[in-house]
Amino acid sequence: MHKGDISMRKVRASIIGFGSVGRGVAEVILQKDDELKSLGIDLDVVAIADSRGAEINTEGIDLNASLARKSETGTVAIEDLTGEYVIRNVDHDLVIETTPTDIETGGTGLVNMLAAFENGRDVVTSNKGPLTLKYQELMKAASEADCKFMFEATVGGAMPIINLVKGTLAGNEIMSIEGILNGTCNYILTRMMEEKASYEQMLAESKELGIAETDPTYDVEGIDAACKLVILSNSIFGQNATFQDVEVTGITKITPESLALAYDEGYVIKLIGEVRKDRLRVSPRLVPASHPLAVGGTLNVASVRTDLAGTVTVAGRGAGSIETASAILGDVISIYRE
Amino acid sequence: MRVSMDIELKDAPGQLLLALNPISELKGNLKSIVHHHEERTPRSTIPVQLVFEVEPENLDLIISRLEENGIGVARVDEKRFMEHGAVILIGHIVHTDIQDTIDTIDKTGFAEVVDICLSMPHIDKRSSASLKIDAVGRKELHEAMAVLKEVAEKKDLLVIEPIEAEVA
Repeated sequence: MHKGDISMRKVRASIIGFGSVGRGVAEVILQKDDELKSLGIDLDVVAIADSRGAEINTEGIDLNASLARKSETGTVAIEDLTGEYVIRNVDHDLVIETTPTDIETGGTGLVNMLAAFENGRDVVTSNKGPLTLKYQELMKAASEADCKFMFEATVGGAMPIINLVKGTLAGNEIMSIEGILNGTCNYILTRMMEEKASYEQMLAESKELGIAETDPTYDVEGIDAACKLVILSNSIFGQNATFQDVEVTGITKITPESLALAYDEGYVIKLIGEVRKDRLRVSPRLVPASHPLAVGGTLNVASVRTDLAGTVTVAGRGAGSIETASAILGDVISIYRE
Repeated sequence: MRVSMDIELKDAPGQLLLALNPISELKGNLKSIVHHHEERTPRSTIPVQLVFEVEPENLDLIISRLEENGIGVARVDEKRFMEHGAVILIGHIVHTDIQDTIDTIDKTGFAEVVDICLSMPHIDKRSSASLKIDAVGRKELHEAMAVLKEVAEKKDLLVIEPIEAEVA
């Protein structure tokens, strides 16, 4: 088929951070090459960096080879170069920033994003830390450099929320967003209720299944969900909130008896994040068992209350390599499609 | 609170207005009026059934003004608590004086703990309780929850409230 009607746009990208999410992005780009081209996007990855070094090929990297090398040797590195070096010195358009979240300082993610904007590169990221700490600074840097900055993957993984509100629900006044923004907590609470088991038992099960991390503090103390609320508050309500503005209670004190008592009254207990203009709160809450927010397993869900559309509820997978890469791919396409 | 009331009107012009004025003057919110114009009581008056919402302290005044206006008040049925809430507590509920916790709600005058279900798995472990709270209105139920959270914080009890969102 002759595609002369679609002008093809060449996009040169780097993937900075080649852990589970970064690798998912590489796999998705390989898998979706034809779809991207049909949308007029000719995407070449010209650099990949992980914590041990980088691979650069201005003609376009063979992603299959990079993925194979990463799984064999544990690193993608060919040259001893940092992600920041790549961002500053390799000529490209888009930085896909997928380094691990650091919510204390923003870590390398923050350095990378600011370096990208300084060099006029667009950024798509899944990294919550920098957005939680320095939202306004990052937005200012992006807009001054006239760069695009998208971060759907930071909240709710594959579940669309930021783009849903800013795109599809544009024009609506948003009153509040309530939802389950951490799959690990949802899994633990769901299993505690099913098995009438203690928090400790189900945390152990989650670790075994790889659903909870070895140090589960960020998840179970509600910190991860709180970071997502900060991003929602800043991006949707235009606030300048930080982690300190969130009232946070985790799930570590929840008992199996409380879940049973709640169920007798027609409720399930879920760790609910709540964003409104004047309040940010993460806490265990009673959710009517028949309510759309009462989803089980590791699912994420969010209800957006609006003036025109009423309440809109979306649910989806909040984590996972390919799922998160899906959100990143969506952002990339929305930046470069004609 | 919501009040349902049977009154009796004389068969004369302007009687209904005499009955409704005191209610509106004392900020009652009329929900329904059933006017049985073709019926008569044994006293030859016309029976009318009213339902309205009003602040509890104004009800007696409404009744006395109705009577001053020559309106017979045959029956008053008040439903004090309009809102029902559920809440879960986790912690050392009994040992931190459960009676005192309940009293803080009951003492508000606008809300009461009407049901409590307690689960104590082990003597040293945290207990769990589900409480049902009835309140005069929605605002009062929120206030009762705030009062409960305040006392719970002092006693290191975790309070699990229902979500705000209405059932979609």
